[in-house]
Amino acid sequence: MRDVAVIGIGLTKFGELWEKSFRDLITEAGIKAIEDAGISGREIDGIYVGSMSAGRFVGQEHVGALVADSAGLTGVPSTRVESACASGGLAFRQAYLAVASGIHDMVVVGGVEKMTDVVSTEATNTLATAADQEWESFFGATFPALYALIATRHMYEYGTTREQLAQVAVKNHANGALNPNAHFRRKISVDDVLNSSPVAYPLRLLDCSPVSDGAAAVILCPLKDAKKYTDKIVKIIGSGQASDTLALHSRDDICTFKSTVLASKMAYKQAKIKPKDIDVAEVHDCFTIAEILATEDLGFFKKGEGSKAVEEGLTEINGTIPINTSGGLKAKGHPVGATGVAQIAEIVMQLRGEADRRQVKDAEIGLTHNIGGSGASCAVHILEVV
Amino acid sequence: MTTHYHLVSKFWREIPHRYNLIGTRCGECKTVYFPPRNVCPRCRRSSIGKMEKYKLKGKGKIYTYTIIHVAPETFEDEIPYIIAIVKLDEGPMVTSQIVDCNPDKIKIGMPVEIAFRKIQEDGDTGAIYYGYKFRPIKR
Ligand SMILES: [Zn+2]
Repeated sequence: MRDVAVIGIGLTKFGELWEKSFRDLITEAGIKAIEDAGISGREIDGIYVGSMSAGRFVGQEHVGALVADSAGLTGVPSTRVESACASGGLAFRQAYLAVASGIHDMVVVGGVEKMTDVVSTEATNTLATAADQEWESFFGATFPALYALIATRHMYEYGTTREQLAQVAVKNHANGALNPNAHFRRKISVDDVLNSSPVAYPLRLLDCSPVSDGAAAVILCPLKDAKKYTDKIVKIIGSGQASDTLALHSRDDICTFKSTVLASKMAYKQAKIKPKDIDVAEVHDCFTIAEILATEDLGFFKKGEGSKAVEEGLTEINGTIPINTSGGLKAKGHPVGATGVAQIAEIVMQLRGEADRRQVKDAEIGLTHNIGGSGASCAVHILEVV
Repeated sequence: MTTHYHLVSKFWREIPHRYNLIGTRCGECKTVYFPPRNVCPRCRRSSIGKMEKYKLKGKGKIYTYTIIHVAPETFEDEIPYIIAIVKLDEGPMVTSQIVDCNPDKIKIGMPVEIAFRKIQEDGDTGAIYYGYKFRPIKR
């Protein structure tokens, strides 16, 4: 296995981008990443694209080839990766494995979703296909309902409060206000969250990530070649992935995502570090409760103490472990296939010291955590500036 | 309405399970599964061919719950409705709607029993799908 570096990143703005198509978005992100890396298209010998449901969102499958075509890179092998909301994180891992193995030398990883070409009910129904259609959705369990079931149980077992959940959204909106690419750039208060319309008790509208359009791309190459392109080299030091039951009810404990625990153990072991060595992390906060669960399952806090940590400000940009400096899925937006790749881009910016007003001081090691469905798949990556 | 509900055969297939709460039991380790499984995740290969049908009694307790205020078209008429994970006495957990219960009264640990009801109606084909819901056990 070869060491692998991230040498370029590219992001579109996230939001309701009615003037931009699926092709426009992914091409824009890809070109920005190529320019950031300072490479030429000719050097690219592999493409991986994360997309959850182009088929339902824009009526187009076969997006691996489409992306190569749109980018003017026909001939280059191009693979689409699907794992619901973790499609981007898994595409990144596939690309990493391809470069580490020596099969490819210069790979573009893209993530994209164009979600606002369909009416919002169809977008919601499409997102719900990440759940177990036959044994959850059929009975009327919506996608937010699954995270609401987790939240109710977390409140019961660990005393997590409604206000603590709201504080996750407040923090992430404050971070999003500092991110020029974020879908939402306005600060909100705990009261705003508590007074927003109910979606699935105990979750309200401002506990949920939005339906967004957007794309992200990053460029990977062997570490030994990276210095030809950049002097701010970010190395991938850990990569982990795990799966779990599709339905929440098939698990012994719904307050822990076993996939997060297993994927992060794999990544920590490879990186030879512990959770306390992480300086900054982007975690999968599709709902406020999901961020609390993630910070516990990744080992930043003991089980049941994630909610108190938010309340105490430990996860703010100046806290002991800054979480979701980008604004997270909550405020930056959640174009599902793009999310896992956009998380990598944010961590690379942090490690290069390019995160502007969101910059975490002296960040050297960062982590990304991308979840599919209600935890049935998970990808964790650890990056270090060298 | 949506494209993913128009195939009737997939609902026919699930009728025995959804009408009668029939799961499976592993002939090796005797663990009961609902929804049914073809392979026991504990015994894996040694369970193949030994998964037997197992009828669950339909009694259990609320493990966790939510109250739905935003739902797909097929459930819109029922808002607000309760969705819960019920831990059945035999061990497995299921996701189900809770009926005959005021949403303000629902609690973790509440004993419930199965109730056979209409689950949803397909507006385009007129097909009506039935299955289990749960309701509080009256003392
Ligand atoms: Zn068994």
